[in-house]
Amino acid sequence: MKKIVIHPITRIEGHLKVEAVVDNGEVKDASISGTMFRGIEIMLKGRDPRDAVMITQRICGVCPEPHAIASVSAVEEYAGLKDKIPVNGILLRNLILGTRSIADHILHFYILSGLDYIDPAQVMEYNGANQDLNTLKYFLQQGYSRPFLPRDEIDYRFDTKTTNMVVGHYIKAMDIYRKAQQAATLFGGKWPHDAAIVAGGVSQRLTADRITEFIWRLEEIADFVKNYYLPDVIAVAKTYNDYLEIGKGCRNLLAYDSYQTSSNGNYNDHLFKGGLVNNIDKYSKINIDNITEDLTHSWYQDSEPLYPGEGKTEPTADKKEAYSWVKSPRYDGMVYEVGPLASVLATYLVKKDPYIKNMVESSLSEIGTNISNMYSVAGRHLARVLSANIIVDKLSGWAQELKAEEPTVVEYDSPADGKGIGLCAAPRGALGHWLNVENGRISNYQVITPTSWNASPKDKDGQPGPYEQALIGIKVKESQSPVEILRVIRSFDPCTACAVHLVTPKKNLIGKYKVV
Amino acid sequence: MNNKKNTVIPVISIQGQNCTGCVTSTLCSEYPAIKNVLLQDIVPGFKLDFIFHPNIMTASGNRAMEILENSSKEKGYVLIIDGAIPTNDNGVYCVTGEKDGKKYTILEETLKLAPDALMVIALGTCAAFGGIAAANPNPTGAQSVGDIFLTSKIKTPLINIPGCPPHPDWLFGTIEEVLLKGLENVQLDDFKRPKTFYGQLIHENCPNRAYFDEGKFAKKLGDEGCLYELGCKGPITYADCSKRQWNSKTNWVIGCGAPCSGCTSPEYPDLLGDFYKKIIDVEVPANKRTKRIQKK
Repeated sequence: MKKIVIHPITRIEGHLKVEAVVDNGEVKDASISGTMFRGIEIMLKGRDPRDAVMITQRICGVCPEPHAIASVSAVEEYAGLKDKIPVNGILLRNLILGTRSIADHILHFYILSGLDYIDPAQVMEYNGANQDLNTLKYFLQQGYSRPFLPRDEIDYRFDTKTTNMVVGHYIKAMDIYRKAQQAATLFGGKWPHDAAIVAGGVSQRLTADRITEFIWRLEEIADFVKNYYLPDVIAVAKTYNDYLEIGKGCRNLLAYDSYQTSSNGNYNDHLFKGGLVNNIDKYSKINIDNITEDLTHSWYQDSEPLYPGEGKTEPTADKKEAYSWVKSPRYDGMVYEVGPLASVLATYLVKKDPYIKNMVESSLSEIGTNISNMYSVAGRHLARVLSANIIVDKLSGWAQELKAEEPTVVEYDSPADGKGIGLCAAPRGALGHWLNVENGRISNYQVITPTSWNASPKDKDGQPGPYEQALIGIKVKESQSPVEILRVIRSFDPCTACAVHLVTPKKNLIGKYKVV
Repeated sequence: MNNKKNTVIPVISIQGQNCTGCVTSTLCSEYPAIKNVLLQDIVPGFKLDFIFHPNIMTASGNRAMEILENSSKEKGYVLIIDGAIPTNDNGVYCVTGEKDGKKYTILEETLKLAPDALMVIALGTCAAFGGIAAANPNPTGAQSVGDIFLTSKIKTPLINIPGCPPHPDWLFGTIEEVLLKGLENVQLDDFKRPKTFYGQLIHENCPNRAYFDEGKFAKKLGDEGCLYELGCKGPITYADCSKRQWNSKTNWVIGCGAPCSGCTSPEYPDLLGDFYKKIIDVEVPANKRTKRIQKK
């Protein structure tokens, strides 16, 4: 038995540590720790409910826009505005969230995960005309190599030609990321931390030229998703095909409805369907009253409130059995994974949309596998690029449904007391905001982020969280930081600033709210 | 832009209580693009050599900690810190890494790396002033890099580049200015912000300024007019957003019809009042001006 500690895990969002117990090259146990805490929800108490959109976006600068949408949705429910948001406002939120989610997926696959699969040093053998590759080659020729080297040993498997092609895409991805964020900024105001998403709608006034400019900017983004990103993910899945079996995880998926779409003129349908998926392909509806949070192995006192001013502020850093600032959300007491895998599979299973069905099935058949292998490292990357494909095909249509010069926002008029819930599919999965207001100010605010689900520590029943389950049983080559472990962790797209930000008074407080 | 006889400037980038928004903003720099910054001279003759950057580097774990340890031995490095530094309970609220069983906090890393740096850049409002991480009631005792310098008597030159997030031009433009003019010739304001970017109020160059002067104020979001009554902090906020705009001039906060939240200010987010309510300090010039207009 040997203990391997990897801390920091780089090329993710935030501060994350993994501790793995390895025996004979196999992971026997794993513990995941979020190692940074701010206490955002404590800060929200006492503020104007409308201000939550500004503060909660700062939970995460990689995916702030879903926090914005979840937050204003919760505020709108509390303020009785839920059904009054202008169609323009609904569509603009879809466009901002959709475009930024695509950018986020591209960032994740290339910049964050890419170096686990492609070796930029092979560009030394490149003799073509690609300017980016030649710049990289010149950089290496001059003796530079940081921050790409030094590194631990990695079993790179692509031939030099394919490697250099994908390395070229890695550099191009940086440009596409910027361009996609620019496109979304036409409506969102700035990246990161959109200012235009406000309680009541979106503040950006619409002109025909702004809408058209957005549509034109989509061309290059869609081209990259379809002709670079998707083929590259398929190439990784085929070349690193053992990763279709590695990192299966808990095999329970959870997703929320996301992207309001029109059916018969009402925006009551959703592009991605929420729900639960169990036993590979059994879909059922979700009841969010069944969500609870377990604090057994988290650095919080689990029996008494931790709000300052109401007793002691004691995130208990020396709690004996604890090892993470992340808490353990559970559904019906069971471990669930969230993410594009959950959104895509739930939608595939329940919606029976021939377009989505075909997209999922044709990519699986190109890889030469089936839906059961979606529960894997490669499967998660595939689900993410499929999600980007499904979204990118909708953006232009949504933009064309916008009505220039017509309202984008309704006036906000707030009652003194109330509550609201905002749910959406963030790039990393199911995100929920729970709001309570007394005397016009926030009295309680709860956030359960995707990474809280996925990076959660063990619960009172000893059930490991999804990352931990995905690691237990995998084979590793013994080194300081085995790439096998890192590939599994990165396949979830960790966002630990998101995961660690909360203190709740009671274990099951979330269950006290009713979905209206 | 590559020049063989260049000066290499090692850059160490570490992160405290952050949201990584400073990084995702920086990634969207257009001229120079991030690929230029990583691979080429940032200005002719000067190459930034990113030794350690948690979001880009290949290495993780022990290897990454080794790189960080060795990097502190390099001569003349620039240290960039984003995120605030928690000080309660010995900084346990932000543990950044672990080597041979010893855990390191951002507080320890800052104290170790800052004294020998050529200069330190506090990137983003959390690092520069505490920002969101230190928002009321500041549960973790989050402090700015400047606070840590004061209490620990660190004398290394410090430049604050606030903003939530900071504009990529503010970071790279400042580095370029330092390289081209020399650190001693870069003018900073009282809060150590480069005057090139933070020298004027948003309000001074706001395209809605004419509305303000006419007294035409938006009464609700979506209205035409100056956003002052909807909580715009532009009249008391130093930054060049109204001229520079955001994301390659595709838009900016006031441009999208939303009030400026004053995110480059040391007072952000608590001492400026609610985001969507009129500035609370009646003594600001803008409020005097409004009173005058209202009297007319």
